[in-house]
Amino acid sequence: MSVFLDASIRTLLVFVFLLVTVLLLIWVERKFVSDLQNRVGPDRAGPWGILQSLADGVKAFFKESIRPTRAEFLLYAAAPIMALLPALLIFMVIPIGAPITVNGTEYELVGTDLNVGLLYVLALSSMAVYAVTLAGWASGSKYPLLGSVRASAQMISYEAAMGLALVPVVMFAGSTSIVAIVESQQGTFGGFIPAWNIVLLPSFVIFLIAGFAETNRAPFDLVEAESEIVGGYHTEYSGLTFALFFLAEYINVFNISALVAVLFLGGWAGPVFGPTWLEALLPIFWFLVKTWSIVLLFVWVRATLPRMRYDQLMSFGWKRLIPVSLAWIILVALALGVREFGAPWS
Amino acid sequence: MAEAVTFGIFAIVALAGAVTMLVAKNPVYSAVGLLSAMFALAVMYILLDAHLVAMVQVIIYAGAVMTLFLFVIMLIGVDNPNAYGPRPVSQSIVTWVVAGVFFAAIVLAGSGAWVTGSAAFGTADLNGTIENVADEMFGTWTIVFLSTVMLLTIAAVGTIALAYFTGADDDEAAA
Repeated sequence: MSVFLDASIRTLLVFVFLLVTVLLLIWVERKFVSDLQNRVGPDRAGPWGILQSLADGVKAFFKESIRPTRAEFLLYAAAPIMALLPALLIFMVIPIGAPITVNGTEYELVGTDLNVGLLYVLALSSMAVYAVTLAGWASGSKYPLLGSVRASAQMISYEAAMGLALVPVVMFAGSTSIVAIVESQQGTFGGFIPAWNIVLLPSFVIFLIAGFAETNRAPFDLVEAESEIVGGYHTEYSGLTFALFFLAEYINVFNISALVAVLFLGGWAGPVFGPTWLEALLPIFWFLVKTWSIVLLFVWVRATLPRMRYDQLMSFGWKRLIPVSLAWIILVALALGVREFGAPWS
Repeated sequence: MAEAVTFGIFAIVALAGAVTMLVAKNPVYSAVGLLSAMFALAVMYILLDAHLVAMVQVIIYAGAVMTLFLFVIMLIGVDNPNAYGPRPVSQSIVTWVVAGVFFAAIVLAGSGAWVTGSAAFGTADLNGTIENVADEMFGTWTIVFLSTVMLLTIAAVGTIALAYFTGADDDEAAA
């Protein structure tokens, strides 16, 4: 297969997969939150309301996208696209299953296996900050500006913690390629405990917390705190442009969940049995089970925890998460050094 | 072929970004222009098989440094181009002179063989991978690397010291 055709098909598949996932994800979140809050939730469109997000999408598509008179139009129009692109691109490096062999050809179930995969993810998530910052500034209105100033400070702070949380994972696997990291987590410790990176528990917790902050989700949703600054950076957006922001936010939730699954929970690792076709599909099933569990955790946290205060958010990021992750990196480095070269006194 | 097309597209993006940065009336557009120039530069690094450098370029320069610039521009409120009147003539003259000097330097450097020559790392398939860069950095160039680390650490500590300790009789600064 030619390189261009192969790349185009993979890109298209990732795109379709993400869009279908988001349609489901929004419905799952609304249903799960309404269950937690003793409400019924959406139940009109389709069985159990499962077509609700599709209906919302169609509605947003036909609504007018209002352009504020004081907006800087070029950046105002570009911001939703800048939000969506990194979200779509990040999933390109996340493997959703073990390589599948069809008719003697082996297919890797990943958009592209980059040698610098993890750095690519970090680079794109730092690009996502611009969408929020510029959207808020270009709207020419005060609440969006407040939201975007909050966003840029918050996302930079928690990006540092997120990057530091990933360092022990890279040291453990000896690679920044995400496929290689998943492969290093196959097998077991002592025959029955899965050899997942969740043994790096502090990294796992810090990455998860930073993930909540990076996606601007509760309890870190000060960027779009409805009770204080209306909607934050997307206050002035309506119709399709708002839908793009919404889409990007939910794709990011799924991306972070998938990253947690591949980096800490062994990705596609899991018991595989049965006939050949089942052996090929079970890894994908395990990946999806792990990812959706983290997604449900996201929703559960949103329904449970109240919003943090801004100074709490900042001091928690800089004074707790970053020092803890630095100390943890040193500990892991020492442990790996001892494993590799023996104790210093021996 | 694909390489040449990619180079062409992102060369235009880089140049357009650089020109926007110089001529834009509004500092936010200047920042966005610089951002796109930096991003296009990262694509150039990828074309040269320097994947690590490309990612570092995006994370540090396009990500952290430019976000900081944008943050400062928005916070101190210079994003209103009418607040300061027209740019003084002397400033534009200096801008064009400096731009001319840099352009001459690039042309001069480009005429030398060392820019157009082959990569110094030999013919390894992925000569910009993390392993190869780390080998060079912690093997051949350890002293240079550690000196740079010291320099940056001193700069960071110095910034904090300057910000915190403004004078001996300042009681609040010590708290």
